[in-house]
Amino acid sequence: MVLDAKVPQGEMKDKWQNYKDHCRLVSPANKRNLEIIVIGTGLAGASAAASFGELGYNVKAFCFQDSPRRAHSIAAQGGINAAKNYSNDGDSIFRLFYETEKGGDFRSRESNTYRLAQLSGNIIDQCVAQGVPFAREYGGLLANRSFGGTQVSRTFYARGQTGQQLLLGAYGALQRQVATGKVTVYSRHEMLDLVVIDGKARGIIVRNLVTGKLERYSAHAVVLASGGYGNVYFLSTNAMGCNVTAAWKSHKRGAYFANACYTQIHPTCIPVSGDYQSKLTLMSESLRNDGRIWVPKNKDEKRKASEIPPEDRDYYLERRYPSFGNLVPRDVASRAAKERCDAGYGVGTTKQAVYLDFAEAIKRYGKMEAHKAAIENPDEQTIRNLGMGVVKDKYGNLFAMYEKITGENPYEVPMRIYPAVHYTMGGLWVDYELETTLPGLFAIGECNFSDHGANRLGASSLMQGLADGYFIIPYTIGNYLADDIKTPAISTKHPAFDEVEKEVTERIQKLMNIKGTKSVDHFHKMLGKIMWDKCGMSRNEKGLTEAITEIQQLREEFWKDLRIPGEIDSMNPELDKAQRVADFMELGELMCRDALDRKESCGAHFREESQTPEGEALRIDDQFSYVSAWEYKKEGEELHKENLTFELTHPSQRSYK
Amino acid sequence: MEHYKMNLTLKVWRQKDKDSKGRFETYHVKDISSEMSFLEMFDVLNEQLIQEGKDPVAFDSDCREGICGACSMYVDGRAHGPWQRNTVCQLHMRAYRDGDTIVVEPWRSAAFPVIKDLTVDRSAFDRVIEAGGYVSANTGSAPDANAIPVSKWAAETAFDAAACIGCGACVAACPNGSAALFISAKVAQLAYLPQGDAERKTRVVNMMEQAKKEGFGNCGSIGNCEAECPKGISIGNIAKRNREYMRAVTSTGPEGI
Repeated sequence: MVLDAKVPQGEMKDKWQNYKDHCRLVSPANKRNLEIIVIGTGLAGASAAASFGELGYNVKAFCFQDSPRRAHSIAAQGGINAAKNYSNDGDSIFRLFYETEKGGDFRSRESNTYRLAQLSGNIIDQCVAQGVPFAREYGGLLANRSFGGTQVSRTFYARGQTGQQLLLGAYGALQRQVATGKVTVYSRHEMLDLVVIDGKARGIIVRNLVTGKLERYSAHAVVLASGGYGNVYFLSTNAMGCNVTAAWKSHKRGAYFANACYTQIHPTCIPVSGDYQSKLTLMSESLRNDGRIWVPKNKDEKRKASEIPPEDRDYYLERRYPSFGNLVPRDVASRAAKERCDAGYGVGTTKQAVYLDFAEAIKRYGKMEAHKAAIENPDEQTIRNLGMGVVKDKYGNLFAMYEKITGENPYEVPMRIYPAVHYTMGGLWVDYELETTLPGLFAIGECNFSDHGANRLGASSLMQGLADGYFIIPYTIGNYLADDIKTPAISTKHPAFDEVEKEVTERIQKLMNIKGTKSVDHFHKMLGKIMWDKCGMSRNEKGLTEAITEIQQLREEFWKDLRIPGEIDSMNPELDKAQRVADFMELGELMCRDALDRKESCGAHFREESQTPEGEALRIDDQFSYVSAWEYKKEGEELHKENLTFELTHPSQRSYK
Repeated sequence: MEHYKMNLTLKVWRQKDKDSKGRFETYHVKDISSEMSFLEMFDVLNEQLIQEGKDPVAFDSDCREGICGACSMYVDGRAHGPWQRNTVCQLHMRAYRDGDTIVVEPWRSAAFPVIKDLTVDRSAFDRVIEAGGYVSANTGSAPDANAIPVSKWAAETAFDAAACIGCGACVAACPNGSAALFISAKVAQLAYLPQGDAERKTRVVNMMEQAKKEGFGNCGSIGNCEAECPKGISIGNIAKRNREYMRAVTSTGPEGI
C-alpha cells in the first residue's frame, strides 16, 4: 500500500482553507442518523465528542477512569502555545510553525504542523469563552510566558494547572452534550478490540470494568483519542492507567503505527528514589524560566548546594548553549543532564540528579519588589521574603508538590531533578484528515504521530489535542461520513462482532488460566527496565538488538508465569493491567525495531552512532527524511515510508548555541 | 531528610461489590520506606496479597500527583489522611512511625455507593455538572480572547474556585453528605467571570436541584469540607453560591427563572 497523506493543493497558508472550502458536508438531517464512537475523554477526545454533539451527531464516548474529567490531560502544568502575538515580540503563525518543525528536528509533515499553528489562536478564543481562568495582567488582558525552544512569549497558562483548566472546559462542553442526549459517556469502560466490517472500522468490544462483562458498541466511524504509550517504560510521568491497548489493537486490525521510537524524555522530573516507585512526577518546564540548572565542577563535592560558591558550579546548559541557556528544547536539556551524570557529576545519594536552583531568581524578584514598594536599603531577609512571594505566585503549586514528595523545601535548597519519560511523539499514522490507514478509524491527540516530528516543544501537546478535537476532526469526519448517510445503524449482531468478541474472550481466559507465580507489575517493571536501558535517552545497535531478544524472552515468560487473582466476571483491576501490559510487551519490540531502522539521530531519538563532534544529534537527511509506518503482519511488522518534503523550511543542523 | 523503614498494621474495608456486606480486614506490611507514597504502600500490600493467592484491595488512583481527583481513601477518620491540603496519593509514609496501626475506609456517603473495597461511584458529580456546570459556547463561535478584559482579581478568584479536582472529599467529610462545596466551586468560578453571566441564574438553580435528586444533603455550615479539601477551596464559595441562588430565585425579568 502506498501511503497517501492526502495533503490539499495550494500554498501552505491556503491548504486548510482550501480543504474546508471543498470538503463534503453532511446535512443536519443526516447527522441525526449517524453515530460516532470516541475512545478517551482527554483534551482531544472530550473536545471532539462535545463538538460532534453540537453538530448533531450521536456520540458514544468511552473512558476507563471513573469520570471523563480524570483523563491525564488534567495533569499538564505549564501552558498552551498560540501565535496571538499579544506580547508584540515578533510572533506569527509562521514562527510558531517553524519553531515546532525545527523543535521536531524536521521530521514532521509540514502541512499538519502549519495547520496546527494556524488554529492555535482559535483554541485560546474558545477556551476563554468557556470560562477557562487563564492568567491575566492588571489591565485585564491575557498574560503570556516563554517556554523551551522558543525566543518569544506565546504560552498562555493558568498557574501550574493549565491542563486541568482546559480539560475542565472541554469536560463542561461534553457534559452539556450529555444533557442534550447527543453524547452518552461510558466511564469505567475500556476498549479491548476494534470491529472491522467490509474494511471499515464499525465498532468496538469493551470491558465494563465494574461488572467485568464484555459489551459491544457500533458506529459509522471510530475516533481514537486514547493518549500516549509512555507507560511502556513502567516509570513515566503518565498516569497509572495510561495505556496503548486501543491504539495497539487497532494497529493489529490494520492501522499503521508510525515513528514508534520517538519518545520524549522530559528534563525536569523528580528523580527515582526506590524500587517501590510507581510513577515519576514532572516539574513543569516553565520552572526553567527562572531556575538555573547546574552541577558541581568537582566530582567529589561534599558541600551542601548553598555552600558551593559560583566558581565551583557548572551551569552546563548556559555554558554549552549561550543563546538559549536553560531554555533549550527538552531533548537537548535531557541529554545534557545525562551527560553530566554519566560523567560522574550528578548530585544526591544516587548521583542521578542535577540541581534546579531558584536562589538567584528569588533575589532578583525580591529586589524588584523592594524597589516597587520604595523600600530603601532592604536587608537580605526582606529581599528574600519579597522574592519568595513572587516565586510562590508563579510556581507555588509545583513547589508544594515537590516538598510533599521529597520532604525538602525548594525555597531553601535547590530542587534535584532528572529526566523521565513523558510523551510519545509516535503513534498511529494518520493522513491530513487524521484518518488512519484503516478507513473509518481516526486518531487524534497524542495517540497519533502527526505534528511534533521527533521531539515535541513544551506547551504544544495541549495545543494539538484541542486543535484536533475542536477544529479539525469535526470537518474531516464529515468528509468521510458523507458517504455513509444512507447506511443505517450498524448492528452489533453482525458476525464480525461475534468473531472479535470471541477472540477477546479467549485472550482473557488464556491470561486468567496461566495461574503462574508472578504479578503483572513484576513483568511490567522488567519490561520498563529493558526499554529504559536500551531504548531510552540514548540508543545503539547492539543494545537495541539485545533488547528485542530480551523482550521476546520476557513475553514468553509472561504468558507462562503470570498470576492474576480474582475472577473474569467482576471488577478485577489486575486483569485490566495484565491486558495493558500484554500489549506493551508487543509495542516495546516494535519501538526497538523502529529505533534500529533509524540509524540517524533526530530530536529525542539519539543513536550513539550518529552524532556531531560536540555530541549533538546528527540527522542524515538523504537517507531518513521519512515517517516510518509499520504494518502489522502475523509474520512480522513491515515498514512503509512516507517521504517528507519541505516547502517552507530548509532542514538544517539544529543549533541552540 | 531522614529515611527509615517501618512495619505497620492496616485495617482495610473490604467489600465484594455494592450489594455485599463489607467488613474490616487486618493486614501487616513490613519494611515500608518512609519515602513511599501512601498508595505505593498499598501497592506493596497488594503485591503481598497476590503472592498469598488473595484478592488485592481495589482502590481508585490514576495521576498520582494530586490533580486528577481519582484517589479517595478515608484514612484514620479523615478524607485523604492526616496531611492538610493533600490528596492521599501525595501523602507520604514519613507521616507514620514503626508500629502504627492505620484504618482505611472508602468515602462514606449515600450519594457515593461503594463499588468494591475502597472504590466508590462518584458519577453523581458528573450529573451535577451536566445540569449546568459550564458556559454554553459552541465550538467556533468565540470572539477574540482579548475582546472581553477580565480583571486580574476576578480571574484569580475564579481560578481559586476552579482548582477543585472533583474528588469528593468534601462530601465524605460532611456529616450531611452535602456537595455544597463542590457545586459552589463551579458556580463561583463562572459567576466571577463575564463569560458565565448569561446562564448565571439557571446554572445555580439547576445544579442545586440535581444535587438534591442525587441524595446529597444540605449545607449546615459545619466547615469540614473546607478543612479536608485537598485544594483548599474556600467555604466562602458556598456563601457566594447562596447569594447567587437567592439572586436567581428572587429576580424576575427575561433572564430570570
